[in-house]
Amino acid sequence: MSIETDTAIAAQAPAKRRTGRPQLSEGARAERRLGWLLCAPAVLVMIAVTAYPIGYAVYLSLERYDLRFPGQAKWVGLSNYGAVLSSPYWWQALKVTAIITVISVIIELVLGMLLALLMHRTLFGRGTVRTSILIPYGIVTVVAAFSWQYAWTPDTGYLSALFGNGAPLTDTTQAIAIIILAEVWKTTPFMALLLMAGLALVPEDLQKAAKVDGATAWQRFRRVTLPLMKPAILVALLFRTLDAFRVFDNIFVLTAGGHNTGSVSILGYDNLFTALNLGIGSAISILIFICVAIIAFLFIKGFGAAAPGTAVKR
Amino acid sequence: MAATARQRIGWGSANTIAVVLAFIPVLWIVSLSFKTPATITDATFWPKEWTWANYRGIFKTSEFTHALINSIGIALISTVIAVVLASMAAYAVARLEFPGKGVLIGMSLLIAMFPAISLVTPLFNIERAIGLFDTWPALIIPYIAFGLPLGVYTLSAFFREIPWELEKAAKMDGATPFQAFTKVIAPLAAPGMFTTAILVFIFCWNDFLFAISLTSTTNSRTVPAAIAFFTGSSAFEAPTGSIAAAAVVITIPIILFVLFFQRRIVAGLTSGAVKG
Repeated sequence: MSIETDTAIAAQAPAKRRTGRPQLSEGARAERRLGWLLCAPAVLVMIAVTAYPIGYAVYLSLERYDLRFPGQAKWVGLSNYGAVLSSPYWWQALKVTAIITVISVIIELVLGMLLALLMHRTLFGRGTVRTSILIPYGIVTVVAAFSWQYAWTPDTGYLSALFGNGAPLTDTTQAIAIIILAEVWKTTPFMALLLMAGLALVPEDLQKAAKVDGATAWQRFRRVTLPLMKPAILVALLFRTLDAFRVFDNIFVLTAGGHNTGSVSILGYDNLFTALNLGIGSAISILIFICVAIIAFLFIKGFGAAAPGTAVKR
Repeated sequence: MAATARQRIGWGSANTIAVVLAFIPVLWIVSLSFKTPATITDATFWPKEWTWANYRGIFKTSEFTHALINSIGIALISTVIAVVLASMAAYAVARLEFPGKGVLIGMSLLIAMFPAISLVTPLFNIERAIGLFDTWPALIIPYIAFGLPLGVYTLSAFFREIPWELEKAAKMDGATPFQAFTKVIAPLAAPGMFTTAILVFIFCWNDFLFAISLTSTTNSRTVPAAIAFFTGSSAFEAPTGSIAAAAVVITIPIILFVLFFQRRIVAGLTSGAVKG
């Protein structure tokens, strides 16, 4: 339906050029209206599902609201936040989330870069590698998580058998390592594809010039490729860091947050569906939202990552 | 540039390692799904005895068949609506000048990075209040909202590449506006829309957090959520085999997409992020 109106505008275009000013502003106004009209449905859905609920969550977080006693909901101000922020569970979950985020993103950056270089430079089999790495990207996270879980289950898993038939998922450190492994396997391909697109923007001539000047492969990578790829790297890091901070599926399946391996998302989920505490659960939701906003702000202002939105306007 | 034998071996082994690492966890879950109850705890990578029993078992339960129908229906409906709405917005972003464009992009970006858990609590309460909880729209609505940013992003990158002057040229050659659209523009826009649809579908197919939070029965529970609550075909049996078989079934569409549309998926994933 967007189309007829558009072709109408396209048809007006020559007319407005001929007749000059007042007509032109008429056309610009029509274009403006059409732009808003076309965006309206998308904007409405996005606001209805995000802005309104987040506002409602702020409201809920200021109430004492236990789902088992919904009639006794009561305004309690900021005391839910006080309860969360003074609880060791929140800080433990935040620590676990931070560890998982930082370590998995660093590993993904290194492996993703290697994979991107491989796909960019390999002499043959490029298509096969690209097709294969899309499988971890596309596969349902829960499916992959079950695969890792069974692989590490004593008496069932090949990896457990390989490493002395232990039960690593019941040990905090080892379980977190496995969660990181599962995250890295699933998302390195995405990182690699973003970096590969960045690599494609590095002009081949510069590489050749550096080579003629006697730069080693490592020097060429450090001094030519990396600086030119900085924007692509920062965007990839921003995406992945925010994504890793939300880690939920892998932990839910692998450990269900047991043995001190729960992330903040797991904590929020448990408070809602196990403790049935809507007030505390909402406070956690808002705190996670604030954390994500801080991370995004740091990346965009601190490291100068181009918010992809600003580039789109160009 | 002729490759030396050493280079060939080097690249070849690097390629092989990447491919093998990508496939091992998938092969393992496939292998588990074909193991018999007696051998499922033998910890060998490949089954010693093969059986279809796990697959026959899950397709006999409504728990799985309903979940599969829910997954397919919910993902398809969400994808179609999200791609249509995203195309309209992306067309405006790519071709029209209007104030508020930056706000739209910024908002999409914000939502793309939104922690889903922050929405689960309020959505759970809102959907219970208006009677949407545990219905198809309970999931379709958030999926559209989260599919939209991805769609607007990818599609506006694709739409900017379309040579729109062709439309004018067609009209000059005597095509009606409708013909110019159906014969010239639509064929050029279709690949981008198709690619976007695949990405949005994968997102909906993959979701777990909304699926376990906003549903409670086979009415609307999708497969990822359903398998997390599988109990096994009998009370005395661990559900390993059933879970593995169900996991393999929902992996098949992903494998098909990847095999047939590898190029498109790569283009779609990278277009919005880097060029955009």
